[in-house]
Amino acid sequence: MAQKFQPGGRAGSIPLMDGHQAEPTIFELSVPGRSAASFRTTGVPFSPPSGTIPSALLRDIDLDMPEVSERDLVAHFTRLTHRQFSVDLGAYPLGSCTMKYNPKFADIAATAQGLTNIHPCQPESTIQGWLELMTTLEHYFCEITGMAGATLQPAAGAQGELTGLLIMKAYHKDQGRQRKNVIIPDSAHGTNPASVTLSGYTPITVKSGPDGLIDLTALKGLLDEDTAGIMLTNPNTLGLFEREILEISTAVHGVGGLLYYDGANLNAVMGIVRPGDMGFDIVHSNLHKTFATPHGGGGPGSGPVAVSNRLLDFLPGPKPAAIGENPDGSKRFGFVIPEKSIGRIHSFHGNSMVLVRALAYMMYYGGLGLTEVSQIAVLNANWLRKRISAAYPSAHDEICMHEFVASAAMLKKKTGIRGLDVAKKLLEFGIHAPTVYFPLVVEEALMFEPTETESLQTLGAIADALDEIAELAQSEEGRNAIHQAPTKTPVTRLDEARAARTLISTFDASIETARSSLN
Amino acid sequence: MSEPENLLFTVDHEWVRVEGGTVIIGITDYAQEALGDIVFVQLPTPNDVVSANSTLSEVESTKSVSDIYAPVSGRVIKVNETLSTSPELMNSSPYGDGWIAVLEMSDEHELENLLTLEEYQKLIDN
Repeated sequence: MAQKFQPGGRAGSIPLMDGHQAEPTIFELSVPGRSAASFRTTGVPFSPPSGTIPSALLRDIDLDMPEVSERDLVAHFTRLTHRQFSVDLGAYPLGSCTMKYNPKFADIAATAQGLTNIHPCQPESTIQGWLELMTTLEHYFCEITGMAGATLQPAAGAQGELTGLLIMKAYHKDQGRQRKNVIIPDSAHGTNPASVTLSGYTPITVKSGPDGLIDLTALKGLLDEDTAGIMLTNPNTLGLFEREILEISTAVHGVGGLLYYDGANLNAVMGIVRPGDMGFDIVHSNLHKTFATPHGGGGPGSGPVAVSNRLLDFLPGPKPAAIGENPDGSKRFGFVIPEKSIGRIHSFHGNSMVLVRALAYMMYYGGLGLTEVSQIAVLNANWLRKRISAAYPSAHDEICMHEFVASAAMLKKKTGIRGLDVAKKLLEFGIHAPTVYFPLVVEEALMFEPTETESLQTLGAIADALDEIAELAQSEEGRNAIHQAPTKTPVTRLDEARAARTLISTFDASIETARSSLN
Repeated sequence: MSEPENLLFTVDHEWVRVEGGTVIIGITDYAQEALGDIVFVQLPTPNDVVSANSTLSEVESTKSVSDIYAPVSGRVIKVNETLSTSPELMNSSPYGDGWIAVLEMSDEHELENLLTLEEYQKLIDN
């Protein structure tokens, strides 16, 4: 039963119950003059903007904002919330994204009043706890990565990449070197070449060998006096460990280049091997992924960058540090600006509540606990890889790290069912889809990262669902069902090609009203 | 759809039709199948001079963004403007209406580096 929504809202949950009815936008619930909050008096006299703001900067027409009551506002967003899939609801084996369950103790830490009721502009003497927290986190992060110092400022992994590359650039400039290129494997995360381009360097692709690892000979052929460095993630996006990393590091350092570690896959190696010991000079970590912040859908994230000794002077600043002792012998904290700092890259000190969650997570598990996190992440990935290999063989049939790339190429060849179809059908089992069609070097790629937080029973359920889909694909009837999937979710199969070809990114009330009158 | 005769191919799954001193280029049926629904084409700029294997344009599908390389060196003399509003032509008619551009060759010897239909067929069969 399609019910027409109306302005003024309707605190009912029909859109939730019938599943497929679109939730109206907040604009469509608007009633002129209605408001979610009102202040009886503020004590501040009203002054029209025209009295203080130059007329050229004032709008000619009123801003069209939604006007809804608090009650309708809450109902609207609660209904939207109930239509979402989330890590708290079920398994989310979206490869490359580390969508693991984030324990609630980290949330409790991040909402502690002593940390939230504070402003970064307060005098240093009144924020000693915060400064100690950030300094401690920097220390732990460097311990995990094997580096000498770090900045906590970058707001996410991609900003961490840019920060690291700007440090690379500042270092080469300081050395009096003109460098032009950064080498990136063809299996790399898409952000790598984008960050390289943004930093002013030119990305050069090095091909993977048949084993999915960097072809060392091909790499050596690309290294020369123009090489600024190489960006790698290890394990790589195929979930494979670059076993020749020490030879790679010697070769890159041999031409004066630096090694950049994309720490997006850090969840695989904590406490087992450190990027610093592999020869890396710069490391970023997607702190939110590995260390307990819910993510996906836009953040906030955090992308600290750690560097080796010779790059310490180039770190962004001001950075929190122990700068002396108090009369009672305890450490006194303040800010320092590294001598050749590339400057500030985030307002204040980064996305602070992600930093709190990360430190809480590290302290809760401790060194041995973090090692176990990685061990179980790797074990889970290998269990699932093996369990589904009959229908979805992996591109590289060998022990993987925390994730693996299976392929639906065989299924497609036999039945016409593509990787995308498998992913869509999986949603009907209440399981989030894997990453599809990445990395590009694998045909019909299905990239699974079950993470350490899923139980053996959950892994079994994922595998059973995948088997059932492969079985369904054998009959015409089954294939039709797969092509229509998902049918049970609030939003069914989207026409992704049409959405991309005729993208409408703005809300137009007149179109929406016409659409709703058709219901 | 099978690969038409009388075309040359590149290892990057592009085809080349030689017409006098010019070449018409596009992507193969295999390429459009692998890319999936093509949603955007960054067309080459007319009059640009390109060298063989340099990036000529970019194709975006629902799966990925891929570079299109110049199969030979030359000058861009014509581009398929229709693709800017109907990129799906590259899917429905890769060897026909989905052509990308016409280049005026600067060195016809470079054609010798391209693959014959038979060689290309062997490449995609592996």
